[in-house]
Amino acid sequence: MAVEVSLNFDQILSSAREVYGTELRKMADEGMDFAFVCSDNVAPSSEVGKLMKAYPERCINVGIAEANQVGLSAGLALSGKVVFTQVFGPFLPLRAADQIHADIAYNDVPVRLIGTHAGVTSGGGPTHNAIADLSFYRAVPNLTVVCPADANQCAKVVRQSMNYPGPMIIRIARGAEPDVYADNNYEFEFGKSITIKEGSDLTLIGTGSSVYWSLKAAQKLEEYGISARVIDMHTIKPFDEEAVLKAANETGCVITVEDQSINGGLGGAVAEIIAESNIPTKFKRIGLPDEFAVLGEPNEVYKYYGMDPEGIAKTVREFLNR
Amino acid sequence: MNSTVNEWTIQELEDKAINIRKDLCTFIYRIGIAGHLGGELSMIDMAVALYYKYMNYDPQNPEMPDRDRLILSKGHCAEALFTIYQDMGMYTMDYMVDHFETLETAKFSMHPNRKYVDAIEASTGSLGHGMPIATGLALGARMSNENWRTFCIIGDGELQEGTNWEAFMTAGHYQLGNLVTIIDKNDLQMSGPTNQTNSIDPLDEKMRAFGWDVIEINGNDMGEVCGALESLPPSDPHIRRKPICIISNTTKGKGVSFMENVVAWHAGVLNKEDLEKAIESIENTRKVR
Repeated sequence: MAVEVSLNFDQILSSAREVYGTELRKMADEGMDFAFVCSDNVAPSSEVGKLMKAYPERCINVGIAEANQVGLSAGLALSGKVVFTQVFGPFLPLRAADQIHADIAYNDVPVRLIGTHAGVTSGGGPTHNAIADLSFYRAVPNLTVVCPADANQCAKVVRQSMNYPGPMIIRIARGAEPDVYADNNYEFEFGKSITIKEGSDLTLIGTGSSVYWSLKAAQKLEEYGISARVIDMHTIKPFDEEAVLKAANETGCVITVEDQSINGGLGGAVAEIIAESNIPTKFKRIGLPDEFAVLGEPNEVYKYYGMDPEGIAKTVREFLNR
Repeated sequence: MNSTVNEWTIQELEDKAINIRKDLCTFIYRIGIAGHLGGELSMIDMAVALYYKYMNYDPQNPEMPDRDRLILSKGHCAEALFTIYQDMGMYTMDYMVDHFETLETAKFSMHPNRKYVDAIEASTGSLGHGMPIATGLALGARMSNENWRTFCIIGDGELQEGTNWEAFMTAGHYQLGNLVTIIDKNDLQMSGPTNQTNSIDPLDEKMRAFGWDVIEINGNDMGEVCGALESLPPSDPHIRRKPICIISNTTKGKGVSFMENVVAWHAGVLNKEDLEKAIESIENTRKVR
């Protein structure tokens, strides 16, 4: 059975960056002890900007220097702080890869690396796309990797991360994204996916922004008599293998949807689990192909690659011949 | 640190440095794995002065909250610190040899791991990582209103890594007076002289331009090492002043005549004959008093 969650299909948009900024400020007001670090990537008028203004003594802006930012965050954590560090998405795994690997993961410190502008949501072309980060993070020991499905879930993640051991990556989109959940009154556990819609013909597994796309695609598929289960795989590491095996057993068809390269991310993780399971399963990955993405407004790019709800539904119907 | 330890004289520290150099060579010989002897021997005088006299540090209580922190950015020289730790009574040399890169029971390695060795503040090894971490620690002390100081020991070849300069800029910007960086400037790196590889000079001018105060010393002269460390103002997180860089001019391989200024001794193993010659050479540096 799907977990009892109240879903939102009405395209109410919320920005994870703004909502988590508000949440951090609340947490600071409540007396929680943490530090915040950014790299010239927080607008003074934003919610995070307001946090920095309200609590200047605990907020550091290192300027445009992501590797320094991540190493410095490790040092702050070694001094006894929980650290939230907001990095422009593509530069977190690329510019600061060695620091994530050695300073954060190997030192095993409570730094929450918040990578914004996930996938192609930044616009501006491939230098500013974060398309290979999940592939990298999956192979780095000690990391917990979370892709909140919507802004409110991101706020839950940020709050719950205060008491979670070790380092964490939190991957969010650039701006406003549709709310998946109508309210925040549901239980969230790191490493435990949420089945947000039951279905019997196939399972769509999404993470981050692609959870909403999958949910909308499942709605469309109902018009064709296709019953799709939808899983919010919010934690990429540790991975909820059990949910994948259950989906393979019960629906016989699993399709992953992710706003990153299809190589090595969500689709890669699910493929590995299915391949080693000996459960006969039809399987397909939807995501960015192995090329630098075409230039365009993010929603147009996602549509171009068949990652929007219509594209996903079309791929599913072709895959199932229905 | 108790008052007895603080009464260490320069002569006592010099003798201690000689003993540590000898123990280090014995340790490298016994593990049978290449140690980075050149850069380890060059930094011994500074490390001895810090651990035995100038850092607020209790080897019996390495997690003491108000201890001074030392980050070894040149992580490949960790055996120098391990040798000091065994001399301070934290481990025996037998224990360290038995637990050196021994798969399931390893605690010690070419590069230090903070989770295996209590005295290690940060796991390092990849070069150019110590300064951002040390800067974060110094900022953390300020945020928590704590008086402890952060020391960071960096190699000179390592300064070719750009992250050092990013962190130098940040520490200068935030005026982290509770941060002291020691550059172990032995002028050699693995492939040859630093100034023929990718010159870092003029280092004093560069550091001043990045907002640091500079103290330049002969880092293999214990009197000068102690003079520099004694001149440090009290560590007060509230006082904003320039961070301090000690340019510690040293000799790579210091104390072992056949290693001094020899690039090939950047790293190497010691056989029995090498060890005996090395110990004799180090002993010969002991001042007759």
